[in-house]
Amino acid sequence: MQIPAPFDYERASDVANALVLLERHGPESRIIAGGHSLLPMMKLRLARPEWLIDINDLAELDFIRREGDQLRIGALTRHTTLLESADVAELFPIIRDAEQVIADPVVRNRGTIGGSLCQADPAEDLSTVCDVLRAQAVIRGPDGERIVAMSDFHRGPYETAVAQNELLYEIRFTIHPRSGSAYEKVERRVGDWAVVAAGAAVGLSQDGTIEEAAIGLTAVGLDGTVPEAEATLRGRQPHEDLFIEAARIAAAVCHPVDDQRGPVDYKRHLADELTRRVLRRACARAAGAQEG
Amino acid sequence: MTITQEHAPNPAAGDPSRPIGFGRLQRKEDPRFVRGKGNYIDDIVLPGMLHGAILRAPVAHARLVSIDTTEALAHPKVLAVITGKDLQALKLAWAPTLSADVQAVLVTDKVRFQGQEVAFVVAEDRYAARDALELIDVEYDMLPPVIDARRALDPGAPVIRDDIEGRTDNRIFDWEIGDAAETEAVFATADLVVAQEVVYPRVHPAPMETCGAVADFDPVDGRLTLYETTQAPHAHRTLYAIVAGIPEHKIRIVSPDIGGGFGNKVGIYPGYVLAVVGSIVTGKPVKWVEDRSENLMSTSFARDYIMQGEIAATKDGKILAVRTNVLADHGAFNATAQPTKNPAGFFSIFTGSYDLKAAYCKVTGVYTNKAPGGVAYACSFRVTEAVYLVERMVDILARKLEMDPAELRLKNFIKPEQFPYANKTGWVYDSGNYEPAMRLSMQMAGYDDLRREQLEKRERGELMGIGVSFFTETVGAGPRKHFDIVGLGMADGAELRVHPTGKAVVRISVQSQGQGHETTFAQIVAEELGIPPESIDVVHGDTDQTPFGLGTYGSRSTPVSGGAVALVARKVREKAKFIAAAMLETRPEDLEWEKGRWFVKGDPSVGKTIAEIAFGAHGTVALPEGIDGNLDAEVTYDPPNLTFPFGAYICVVDVDAGTGHVKVRRFIAVDDCGTRINPMIIEGQVHGGLTDGVGMALMQIIAFDEEGNCLSGSFMDYLIPTAMEVPDWETGFTVTPSPHHPIGAKGIGESATVGSPPAIVNAIVDALTPYGVTHMDMPCTPARVWEAMQGRARPPV
Repeated sequence: MQIPAPFDYERASDVANALVLLERHGPESRIIAGGHSLLPMMKLRLARPEWLIDINDLAELDFIRREGDQLRIGALTRHTTLLESADVAELFPIIRDAEQVIADPVVRNRGTIGGSLCQADPAEDLSTVCDVLRAQAVIRGPDGERIVAMSDFHRGPYETAVAQNELLYEIRFTIHPRSGSAYEKVERRVGDWAVVAAGAAVGLSQDGTIEEAAIGLTAVGLDGTVPEAEATLRGRQPHEDLFIEAARIAAAVCHPVDDQRGPVDYKRHLADELTRRVLRRACARAAGAQEG
Repeated sequence: MTITQEHAPNPAAGDPSRPIGFGRLQRKEDPRFVRGKGNYIDDIVLPGMLHGAILRAPVAHARLVSIDTTEALAHPKVLAVITGKDLQALKLAWAPTLSADVQAVLVTDKVRFQGQEVAFVVAEDRYAARDALELIDVEYDMLPPVIDARRALDPGAPVIRDDIEGRTDNRIFDWEIGDAAETEAVFATADLVVAQEVVYPRVHPAPMETCGAVADFDPVDGRLTLYETTQAPHAHRTLYAIVAGIPEHKIRIVSPDIGGGFGNKVGIYPGYVLAVVGSIVTGKPVKWVEDRSENLMSTSFARDYIMQGEIAATKDGKILAVRTNVLADHGAFNATAQPTKNPAGFFSIFTGSYDLKAAYCKVTGVYTNKAPGGVAYACSFRVTEAVYLVERMVDILARKLEMDPAELRLKNFIKPEQFPYANKTGWVYDSGNYEPAMRLSMQMAGYDDLRREQLEKRERGELMGIGVSFFTETVGAGPRKHFDIVGLGMADGAELRVHPTGKAVVRISVQSQGQGHETTFAQIVAEELGIPPESIDVVHGDTDQTPFGLGTYGSRSTPVSGGAVALVARKVREKAKFIAAAMLETRPEDLEWEKGRWFVKGDPSVGKTIAEIAFGAHGTVALPEGIDGNLDAEVTYDPPNLTFPFGAYICVVDVDAGTGHVKVRRFIAVDDCGTRINPMIIEGQVHGGLTDGVGMALMQIIAFDEEGNCLSGSFMDYLIPTAMEVPDWETGFTVTPSPHHPIGAKGIGESATVGSPPAIVNAIVDALTPYGVTHMDMPCTPARVWEAMQGRARPPV
């Protein structure tokens, strides 16, 4: 049994209470939701919070709502709920693709979207997914609510725009017509962190040209999406040659590091290969959405 | 004889799901496991029990300058902090290993691997014990580490074992076997020679339950009760008596339910000794259970062999000779747990299943600044490395000859009429009939269709591979004249008592870690006496309650203790004949046995069942001269030879050409372990071993960086395959009984772990043929497969 350093624990009754507790216990307090990232780090004594504020009773944070042109997902929504949601599967297949390869069912039953985003592991799949979907993060704090674009949400490995006394409340996704998205990951074993993963989302115009595009890569040292590759795609018809061109750019701009999962050249190759694959699938899905 | 029926239909069994004897039977131990009622080390709670935790070295090679335990001792819940100095005073700082070396229990002079034991804290609870570790202040003087085994013998390499007088380098041994000159002569005249470096990287058994102990020393009568995760309780008792000087009759080792061993729980770890010392020092029971990282970083690893292989053949595919030169990384202490006089264990079985003219090998063992061990993880004392080497070499030869690898194997098998077969390195294979097993696996696989499918796919640029391996295992040590652990010959006792109502208890020395002993051994007694397995209790895992024996590892339980149990049951059966004769007022020679009863020849209606005889034995009938009034017996079985199970495995993989990701699509395993006692348990063993094989072939390695930091110290980094990585196993069997074993059975526990990695790697290399790949080393991770596809395959170490 691996044993964490001593810590105290308090269970929040609602969002307002959680914010009060964060304020009260100060900088050495941490929110705990599913606990599947924080607890292992605590057991290895890599993380040593003095206080854990448990938000698992906050049912108000557990929701998937389709409202107008937005899909709103509460921060405490479990991976399993996302995986099983028909709305998610229809509107943002990339989320479903990613959820299918995040950890294992045990972790997915407990882990939450908010926890994944706030943990901000460089190999976190949902960070890439939210980048690619240009999601917005709704953050609550003592001074009320603020909305932050995903591009501003990430502040590097294990750091986000959520301040110590704040709580991630929900994630908002804008629904686009004739859009498609996809995610693919290479892992050494099911449930492992990504060696490399890629996500893409495209929106097509009436005549089938690519109107909007986003490409994201996981675990290769990128902040946000790959604007250079996205620019190449805009205004052009989906085509294998185009995918190859965009993928080559994505592979060139990323910064993988050599580790147990593979050397730099392999990861760069994967960035290329997987970008092509997700672009192909995202475009096919968008075209399908168009027909449907 | 090879038959393909599991066993003759059992006439005594009315219900086929409840055989009286051999056959498919649900495991007797499972109800307690599935209901959470198992009793593992960590379930044991004794009154007043304290908890221990080990401070481990953060670095691989450093001189110990000082240890300050003041602050830790001041912790309100800490009762004791034990250091190497304290152990020196007790003469317990160093303990002998099972390979004629010594190992530090706690560091006294210098740290020799990352994770080595530096100090032991005893506290009121496990949390306090763990917290107090951070209060110990240790000063280290860093030394350059030796991590790469290939550099361990470089002139000027730091000497790791400067504790051994006169040692000036890191060489542990040079060992050779076979006829070098004869082998050279065959190689010199062969049409064809192929050579390849084949690396079997360091892997770890990673049992689900980590190692632990609860030591309870009674200061009044000097009696030590030690609950331990051990695969060999009796051997441990004797070793503690020798090492710690506690009289053997005052030591009781209890090995409760064990959550997997795979060789990891054979040796004596510093943690066990420290729990004992902690109990002696505090006068209270002390529990120590290591965490996952401690298990992966400090307990016995397996493999770590760098093998230069050569194989010689004629141009029409007759294999003539195999030769290999091995560099063996044994870590910081030579703590290999194996019973031979050879430092490479059973590696000399690298001649495989083939009839060779010559064979030779040389093994050089070296020290490195890594955790000690060497033989663990279902390897049959290094048969795993041997089979992997020869099966890779045969495949490389097949490619060179442009011959089908299955056909090449069929052409070179030892023939059935050659058994018992003496190979070129001193083994005598007891029995074998290889071709039917190979043919059966090919038929199950649809081998020719698979080859056709592969051709079609290759034309489309898809990568599909078919891998074949054929292995001969070497299991069941003794005989005692050849195999021992610190002089204890490898024979096993068994005791059987039949109670007056015909229920029985059989006591055995081997200890189950999940193998189903409580079922298998009951079935052996049931087969011999004709009483149902549910009427037979199997007692094991407690030295106070069981006869002496060497323990469960190297697939020896069925070959050795299985023989003992069959023989003790026969002894009881023979005794029952005399008692039945007295009861029936006839002569013993007039009686005939049918399963469950003795009856009068020619008058089957007159007879006595075992239950009736048992009651009679304890009853009032006058017993013949020399027959005691019970139906009990005991034996010690010294097997005349090892058993040599074998198998033919075929693996089908698909490789994603864009990512290098390998999917094991199918796996066909035909095993021959002689007489099959419980096919359900056999299949379970095979399924587990095959899954292990997928782990080793695709994802596992205990890796180190240049400073000697272990990079595989958690299950985030040391990957265990899941149901998602393995196919539905397709198992088959042939039955070639062992001619010398009392019931013809051979061991099966490690066959699949031995046989599956080469089949998988052979399949992957086969898939990569269009890229000109002829070899790649494990683990075949996506990155390493992709590198091989780029023509840049590299060894893992």
